[in-house]
Amino acid sequence: MSAIAIRGLVKRYARDAPNAVDGIDLEVGDGELFGLLGPNGAGKTTTVGIVTTRVRPDEGTVFVDGADARRSPVAVRGRIGVVTQFNTLDRACTVRENLVYHCRYFGIAAGPARARADELLNAFSLGDRGDADVGELSGGMAQRLQVARAIAHRPKVLFLDEPTAGLDPQSRIALWEVLSELRAREGLTILLTTHHMEEADRMCERLAIMDHGRILVEGTPDELKRTVGVDTIVDLRVEGLDEPLRSALAALPGVHSVEDAPGGARVLAQHEDGMLARVVQAAAGHRLHDVSVTEPTLETVFIRLTGRALRD
Amino acid sequence: MTDALPLGLRAFWGLILRDLRVLSRELVAFGLRTLMNPLLFVFVFTYVMPKIGLAGVTGGAPSGEAFSTVLLPGLIAVSIFFQGIAAVALPLSTELGGTREIEDRLMAPVAIWVVAAEKICFSALQSIIAAAAVFPLVYWIPATPPAITVHWPLLVLVVVLASLTAGSMGLVLGTVVPPRQIGLIFSIVVIPVTFLGCVYYPWAALHPIRWLQIGVLANPLVYVSEGLRAALTPEVGHMGVAVVLAAITGVLVALTWLGIRTFTRRVVT
Repeated sequence: MSAIAIRGLVKRYARDAPNAVDGIDLEVGDGELFGLLGPNGAGKTTTVGIVTTRVRPDEGTVFVDGADARRSPVAVRGRIGVVTQFNTLDRACTVRENLVYHCRYFGIAAGPARARADELLNAFSLGDRGDADVGELSGGMAQRLQVARAIAHRPKVLFLDEPTAGLDPQSRIALWEVLSELRAREGLTILLTTHHMEEADRMCERLAIMDHGRILVEGTPDELKRTVGVDTIVDLRVEGLDEPLRSALAALPGVHSVEDAPGGARVLAQHEDGMLARVVQAAAGHRLHDVSVTEPTLETVFIRLTGRALRD
Repeated sequence: MTDALPLGLRAFWGLILRDLRVLSRELVAFGLRTLMNPLLFVFVFTYVMPKIGLAGVTGGAPSGEAFSTVLLPGLIAVSIFFQGIAAVALPLSTELGGTREIEDRLMAPVAIWVVAAEKICFSALQSIIAAAAVFPLVYWIPATPPAITVHWPLLVLVVVLASLTAGSMGLVLGTVVPPRQIGLIFSIVVIPVTFLGCVYYPWAALHPIRWLQIGVLANPLVYVSEGLRAALTPEVGHMGVAVVLAAITGVLVALTWLGIRTFTRRVVT
């Protein structure tokens, strides 16, 4: 059974507005770490909102660990943990109480709830902060506490919305270490939504890129990168990309395509002997300032699919 | 103790325990917000004024003694009513519109309306404590104590119904008023409802101003004040008990329905 099974999902917020989610099918396997990427307004938050029972879909079906999110939202809430991108810790309670009362909301008795809270405080390196007010925690600690709280009732699926936004690199690494341990130990399924491409590439087993309420591509990070069709990207800083230069570059052996890029041109190519030298030679007459060579990244895929235009 | 209960009830109990813990930390604030208004009111109007010979300014009440008897049920009614604002509306407005602290409770494995109902019930509990705390103040401070005849079953019934009503009103206000405007609740709701709630005068005494006497019937606090008069100080005169109970119950049902609806709309889109 899939941890998450979504079929034909549609959500519109107003009759005359475009569908926020426009016919999504998605399957996340048991124990998988799945990443959902997309620009702002792509429909990620709405999709996760529906799966976590906080947004009502207009069409389609959503099952979480076999429970129907439309018909039995209470059963779904019992199976999931959610970490939002906002700090939603209970400021009227201490660090430990945030964990203890969370357990109580899930019907765990007083003794086991306290034991679970202490276990999590240690696992998330918050052992000495149990009696502190949550307002005293640093950003990294608060985020660790939010994750600890979300998994305190041992959910099957954990939803993480931009979990490392605003964290320093140390806190980011620490958080991912704890999450990896958790997955290994408890077989947790994780659905991650993020803008952080490098993190998605490194952490996720499979990814989907969304825009305008639809899923554009889905696969492992390597599969997605291969969809670009090239293995080498040459960025040229030249003064103006004119038509003759564009044709000259495009005609070179190994070159797949040439795109406008800020400050010059981006050449997408399949690596072959002498290709780089020929590209540089062709551009030399156009006041070539700089050359850099990279491999396609998830960001390349993302930008190619969703464009450069700013989203609000 | 709670292990044998269904999950929904255990979750509800968990929400209550959390609120009890938070209240236990804020006992001083709870005491101040509950007792300050009735304390000063009774002190000035039923102790200071009679002592300095200004008892005559207390509206239509003929003497300090009669006024303390008029005030006792009224001030208890205000305390009950005010808890709904302080215990539900103010924190809920911030939690929903600003800090989103309630998020974790919304993800508990219970129907969303249970989270809203818990707010009403816990607020009612605070109202009942407030009513009990205000009673001795209003009884002992006046220069001449109020004349009371307690009708216990009616008192319990009115206090419980009124407390739940206050909580449901807090739920409605907390879910519809954005946090930036929550301060306005005091000028727009608390002050008019209190001054026009038959707190400082019995409803029957308004008959010389007929339009006002009819107009205040839209104010739920009127029925609570009059209900408490029937239960505590019947000799002052009060509205019919059946009318009072029917009105409070009607308002309670309407506000609970509306509050749960507005709450659900805020948290599930």
